[in-house]
Amino acid sequence: MNVMSHAVRIGLARGWTDFSLSIRSVQDQISTAIMPLVTIGYLYYQRDVPVEGTTLMLPAVALPSILAALIVFGLVTGPAFQLAMDREDGTLLRAKCAPHGTTGYVTGQIVLHALNTVLVLVVIMVPSAIVFDAFGARGAHGWLAFAWVVGLGLLATMPIGIILGSVVPNSRATVTWAFLPLMALVAISGILFPITRLWEWVQVVAQMFPMYWLGLGLRSAFLPAEAAVLEIGGSWRPLETALVLGAWAAAGLSMAPRVLRRMARRQSGAAVAQARDEVAQWGQ
Amino acid sequence: MTGPTSSARENGRVIEARDVRMRYGANDVLHDVCFNVDQGEVVALLGPNGAGKTTMIEILEGLRGRSAGEVVVLGEDPATAGEDWRARTGVVLQSWRDHARWTPRMLLAHIGRYYEPYSTRERRRPRDADKLLAAVGLEEKADQKIRTLSGGQRRRLDVAIGLVGHPELLFLDEPTAGLDPHGRREFHDLVKALSDREDTTILLTTHDLAEAERLAGRILVLAAGRIIANGSAEELARQIGREAQVRWRQDGVEHARATRDPTSFVRDLLTSGDDGVTDLEVRRPSLEETYLALVHEHEGGHELKSDALFEEART
Repeated sequence: MNVMSHAVRIGLARGWTDFSLSIRSVQDQISTAIMPLVTIGYLYYQRDVPVEGTTLMLPAVALPSILAALIVFGLVTGPAFQLAMDREDGTLLRAKCAPHGTTGYVTGQIVLHALNTVLVLVVIMVPSAIVFDAFGARGAHGWLAFAWVVGLGLLATMPIGIILGSVVPNSRATVTWAFLPLMALVAISGILFPITRLWEWVQVVAQMFPMYWLGLGLRSAFLPAEAAVLEIGGSWRPLETALVLGAWAAAGLSMAPRVLRRMARRQSGAAVAQARDEVAQWGQ
Repeated sequence: MTGPTSSARENGRVIEARDVRMRYGANDVLHDVCFNVDQGEVVALLGPNGAGKTTMIEILEGLRGRSAGEVVVLGEDPATAGEDWRARTGVVLQSWRDHARWTPRMLLAHIGRYYEPYSTRERRRPRDADKLLAAVGLEEKADQKIRTLSGGQRRRLDVAIGLVGHPELLFLDEPTAGLDPHGRREFHDLVKALSDREDTTILLTTHDLAEAERLAGRILVLAAGRIIANGSAEELARQIGREAQVRWRQDGVEHARATRDPTSFVRDLLTSGDDGVTDLEVRRPSLEETYLALVHEHEGGHELKSDALFEEART
């Protein structure tokens, strides 16, 4: 029996268990559903607002971009917060004390956050498809683009969350380390309005991060060709999208295991006890 | 200090620590700590808070590096030992809110699966989750969410998880910290039962002498980063060599004498031919008194000096 693949199998089951426990938790489901529902409500209110320079309505243009933002948020803040929590409460230490337990734990985290992302996509896309008829413009070709952009986006962003979760000092700090920078990225990445309206240097900054490219990729999947006029250079730039997301994925996937190992090495009962005392002080 | 077990057979040695030193900055938390633990022993690392117990046990668990010294646990250096070594050890953690939504049965089965590849004919791995839950008295809570468990129940689940891999060596760090007297008593019974019938070597840390005495066959007293005594409770009292008080009445006069060898003294007293000795009383200092005096001596520093001044002033 190969012990590593055995541990990965245990991790897959662990991720599924965590996911199904989360599904059954009212608290979790409210926090999963709230953003998609607010989004749909807002877009429904804006359903008759035309987008300048095209024949499209706002919901159709905004939806792919908002999907991209939700995916990035889920895949970065999700693992970052969870890892920080699991370090504090001893979940990770417990895993480390079992043979190949850390491998199983990380596998479980990947499964859990990937499934959470799928869930968020379903929650927002199913009603949107019915209410706005938002995803049909490109047919099968569009769904294929959707699949590779989301897949590559997952690989590009989840390692960032895992790395952040390994280096944040504690779970409370994930707000400043992950949440706030992402809010800033949402503002400049063409999620809420076309990026071409921003100063050029801001556009350059935005194009260094995966959020812009994930948004661009999803717009290319679901918007008719004419909508490309809203984009930088008037093009969907699929090659650049693949290259930038691929570069983030390669960098993240090569760094994350090293950072994780370093972090896991530092896990000890004393560290958990210290975290517990700190949390007690904060009165959580 | 090699202690009384240095003559034990070499192949039965589970833990061997030589000159272990741990330094944080300019501060030595452990100074040249040496001790051994043999197969089947239950050993308590006893000391006040801040003595270095947790640091020491975490070095042995392989959860923490060390500044100097040699450590061999189950034939390997824990600092570099791999996952196969990990499979032979059990660590009882102090959980507080991890896996809150899981049930004890789910968690035990999940952790147990990691040990499946390490099952041997002599040691079936993992242990059966249901039997383990019964052994720690959690049958009724087996399918309740872990967050509904009391502190004592949680600690028993921690023990079950530490045992699920059928470890050759089990570590418990301050296992009863935060438990009420009832929970503490239940926990003691559990560890006692374990050490009586199991083929598991146990190393535990505690700051409670009564707990060490109750659970361990041998006590290592750690104070200010040094092992200052090593032996069974009785041996400890003897090793430390506190003088016993002998009191008696002879011809209506009270006498008292402090001696390291009260038996010889009393024999001489009674065989000296004088039969006027009455009200003979030999009082050995309790282990508690011995322990506190010993720790005070090693940790005292300035405190000790002021005490000495006090003594002088009184006399």
